[in-house]
Amino acid sequence: MTALLVVEQVLNGLQFGCTLFLMAAGLTLVFGIMNLVNLAHGSFYMVGAYLAIALTRWTGSVALGALLALPATLLVGMAVEAVALRTLYERDHLDQVLATFGLILFFNEAIALLWGRAAIYAPIPPALAGHVELLPGLRYPTYRLLVIAVGLAVAAGLFVLVTRTRLGMLIRAGASNRTMLAALGVDVRRLYTRVFGLGAALAGLAGLLAGPIYAVQPGMGEQILIQVLVVIVIGGIGSIRGALVGAVVVGMVDTLGRAFLRPLLSAVLSPTAADSAGPALASMLIYLLMAAILAIRPQGLFAARAGA
Amino acid sequence: MATRERARLLAGACALLALVPPLAGALDQPFYVELFRRIMIFAIAAVSLDLILGYGGMVSFGHAAYLGVGAYAVGIPAVHGIEHALVQWPLAIVASALVALVIGAISLRTSGVYFIMITLAFAQMLYYLGISVEAYGGDDGMRLPRRSVLGGPLDLRDPVIFYYLVLALLALVLLLAHRLVDARFGLVIRGARSNEPRMRAVGFPTYRYKLVAFVLAGAICGLAGALLANQTEYLTPDFAHWTRSGELMVMVILGGMGTLVGPVVGAVVLLLLENLLSGLTASWQIILGPFLVLVVLFARRGLAGLLAGAAPAGG
Repeated sequence: MTALLVVEQVLNGLQFGCTLFLMAAGLTLVFGIMNLVNLAHGSFYMVGAYLAIALTRWTGSVALGALLALPATLLVGMAVEAVALRTLYERDHLDQVLATFGLILFFNEAIALLWGRAAIYAPIPPALAGHVELLPGLRYPTYRLLVIAVGLAVAAGLFVLVTRTRLGMLIRAGASNRTMLAALGVDVRRLYTRVFGLGAALAGLAGLLAGPIYAVQPGMGEQILIQVLVVIVIGGIGSIRGALVGAVVVGMVDTLGRAFLRPLLSAVLSPTAADSAGPALASMLIYLLMAAILAIRPQGLFAARAGA
Repeated sequence: MATRERARLLAGACALLALVPPLAGALDQPFYVELFRRIMIFAIAAVSLDLILGYGGMVSFGHAAYLGVGAYAVGIPAVHGIEHALVQWPLAIVASALVALVIGAISLRTSGVYFIMITLAFAQMLYYLGISVEAYGGDDGMRLPRRSVLGGPLDLRDPVIFYYLVLALLALVLLLAHRLVDARFGLVIRGARSNEPRMRAVGFPTYRYKLVAFVLAGAICGLAGALLANQTEYLTPDFAHWTRSGELMVMVILGGMGTLVGPVVGAVVLLLLENLLSGLTASWQIILGPFLVLVVLFARRGLAGLLAGAAPAGG
């Protein structure tokens, strides 16, 4: 019985890790290649979730809604890059933090104006609403399995994209020497816009997948954004491999901490002390982990120069 | 900015702020005393952030943590019946300094974006700590039973007396910062911002200097937190929320970092703007957000930079 509970929580951790990875991949690419700190990355997560719901209502199909929401989020991302962020690449990180902070305020308020401040319901397609019996006695939601599958597939796809394709080669080249790449005749500006759009679409994918599991409401992007920042800092900024490892580690630590820290503590402490210390410690766990890792390795686990 | 010019600007700013209560009284708008008192409290916090951000080049994205620590250093003793300001406020300063010492000692090992992120992470840790301590209100926060007691004629329940007390503390902080940035200590911090390897090569232990500046900034911000708890008479973990840290950064950058008068101007402009816009529409952030983007794109050295014209930043 307890073993099954542990397996279930490990799967939950993996599922949360996959959501984090979809966010972290885009953020770490944009940072590693364009040297841009984009706090508004969480806004694309939110935009993706809302667009998927709106398009689902419009088309009447969850699958179609999700498929249309991805290119839509990509376009939103490219538009934001072209209007507000393009001139900030050469600037101080501080300017980037401030400008993208402004974008967060704008997006949260715009979404609240369009759809209201209350959380709205994101439907799960009926085919995925059930459970799968993974082990005897362990029934796991099909939808969460889908999230894990999508996360792992995207990880594999990104790995192929960065290491095996021409676009990936340009991305790696741009990360190591932008001026040289431009001198060789590559339109770096267009490359950057594309990479930014790709990152935004991945965040949108994370958002539309997370919609039915967590609450869809204005500001939903910031909560996960902070956790994603922890992920890429642990993994090493600019490294996709680091983002994957960091995402799974953070997903596991957070989920398992929330599930098991209180029972573990109650074995050592009095029940009341465990009741109050358990949740506190569980929500601080990933930040403690990050502080510990940075204290030992100030550049994260996989300090990378290129995109891979 | 030359030292004397900066002194004049700071004195002028304090003199203008001193005029607010009589004007508000004359216009029969006591609300403005409350508003400007809040502005000055945030100005103290923003000036403390400017010391490390503008002068030291340490981009702390978790500065609101000390607002939270300072506020709870007033709230927790008050709940247990200890209401004297001379106990609460020094406690707020010392507690914030200790927290800053721990955060700084670890964070200053990193630099650049890693520093931004790790300071953010520490602030979030404290935020979640505040949320989960049910004894002191947890998520909902708690009411401050009574404003800090100073004794004598200094009764904080009188809005105008409280106002001038905050103004005096702001002036004191500005004076301290004004002296500090031109002192040897300040020059080392500024040197480390422009070229840390060179400062080390010359023989300065820059890590120690930066850590002292970080702790000092935390301590001053803790005082602002103690004042803020008295201002709102209600404290919640939201004092330490990361958007609050973002707002403090906005005040510094909006006003012009590395100028001392900049953070004060930034606090005045941002909070007045918030107040004005929120009176116009509930969705005021949809205007404030793009405004911030425009400031970054077009006013590169902040409002103080625009006012001072060609004066070099950080001077």
